[in-house]
Amino acid sequence: MLGESDLTAIWLTLKLAGTVTLLLLILGTPLAYWLANTQSRWKGPVSAVVTLPLVLPPTVLGFYLLIFMGPAGPMGKLTESLGLGTLPFTFAGLVFASLLYSMPFVVQPIQNAIEAQGRRHAEVAATLRAGPWDRFWHITLPLAKPGIVTATVLGFAHTVGEFGVILMIGGNIPGETRVVSVQIYDHVEALEYARAHWLSAAMLVFSFTVLLALYTLQRRHAALRWRYGP
Amino acid sequence: MASRPIQYRMISRASVALVALSALLRCSATLAEEITLAVASNFSAPMTEIVTAFESTSEHRVRVAFGSSGKLLAQIQHGAPFEAFFSADQDKVSYLISAGSADPASRITYARGRLILWTANSTLAGGERQALESGAFRHLAIANPRLAPYGAAAMEVLHALKLEDETRAKRVVGENIAQTYQYVASGNAQLGFIALSQVFLNGNLTAGSGWIVPDTLHQPIRQDAVILQRDREQGRRTATDAFWAFFQGQQAQRIIERYGYRVGTPTQTPVEKVDAG
Repeated sequence: MLGESDLTAIWLTLKLAGTVTLLLLILGTPLAYWLANTQSRWKGPVSAVVTLPLVLPPTVLGFYLLIFMGPAGPMGKLTESLGLGTLPFTFAGLVFASLLYSMPFVVQPIQNAIEAQGRRHAEVAATLRAGPWDRFWHITLPLAKPGIVTATVLGFAHTVGEFGVILMIGGNIPGETRVVSVQIYDHVEALEYARAHWLSAAMLVFSFTVLLALYTLQRRHAALRWRYGP
Repeated sequence: MASRPIQYRMISRASVALVALSALLRCSATLAEEITLAVASNFSAPMTEIVTAFESTSEHRVRVAFGSSGKLLAQIQHGAPFEAFFSADQDKVSYLISAGSADPASRITYARGRLILWTANSTLAGGERQALESGAFRHLAIANPRLAPYGAAAMEVLHALKLEDETRAKRVVGENIAQTYQYVASGNAQLGFIALSQVFLNGNLTAGSGWIVPDTLHQPIRQDAVILQRDREQGRRTATDAFWAFFQGQQAQRIIERYGYRVGTPTQTPVEKVDAG
């Protein structure tokens, strides 16, 4: 069954995924809004950067982060001058890396949801003297809700499933950087297949449940839309 | 319609050529076989050189799959097409033999690894051991002692120096010796226990500086290799045997030594241990 170190890893993973998802929703929603509405020539480059973690092997991201956040890297120099030390091997480092890594899974669904609304609702609201802030909170966000739900679930699940980047920059410290995926990897490498099975099965059930919930929710929402129109 | 006979003729001519070509290929295949070896990552540099040397004297070709011993072992258990396995330890070879997947008679200890307490930080140069003992560092990188023999040896060294508890909060763990090197080389860890072979060539360090840990402070890091039991064609078996003989010859042994490993059979270990101490 699950040992104490397994439970520590599970708790750490949930804490990491929760923190990252919350931060990504706060940072990613305005970014998605901007990407959906802007005509700026920066839209292309910014979209590309946001999507990069989807196509880059996690080892590449982890390798560059290790250098970027290290004492010789720009980020490492910054955090050191602020008296924070360097980020690799710390929980804060994992949060930072996961923000980048899970960014596309949060930004893209929200961006798609906002783009799908079109401009009509917001324009109608504007003729009724709703300011931009008002329109964002009372038109755009509520209409983008299914996208935000998808983003939350995917962002959380993807961070839970993160492995390569964490392996590269984590340092495998119990309670600090040793998340479930790394723990499973350790069990497999140490030929402790029984322990690996328990944790892997837990992970599988978790991921399946999350995705099932997501798709059930989406279907119900689609049905509602069908009845009441967009 | 009129072109049909010509097409037929072209096809038949092409097929004759194909048959001849495949016969030719099959013929040359019996002369030169290609074998595949599974090799622990820490041994990649000397193995590459040994393979090059072997291929210059033999018509056989050798492909090498590098990886962590644990991963390679799992692959072998699931039918990966390797002729031989060069592990970073002895346990995995014993495991394969007891599982009936390897030929016990072929087992050799091909190298004994040495540890170095290494730094990429020039201000620590020459004082690595003092820095370790005085705690003048932020992170100490070691390979995962549960997985990597070099990590287990590093823990034995810390135990012997009575620094196990002092360093506990400062230790960061690489999943293998290559990643541990990466932690130190990038400066994220100021000190790290890595394999000497990673930074050693022809009697000199190739980068950074370090304290070569005496063999007396840890159990010998014996790396074993074994020929795997597979249904193989006779040709490939001959090629494997040829490589096996070459690998144990003087030329290959000298290459292994140049990369900072000790060579020789395990029975010679105690003698060398006294020398090193």
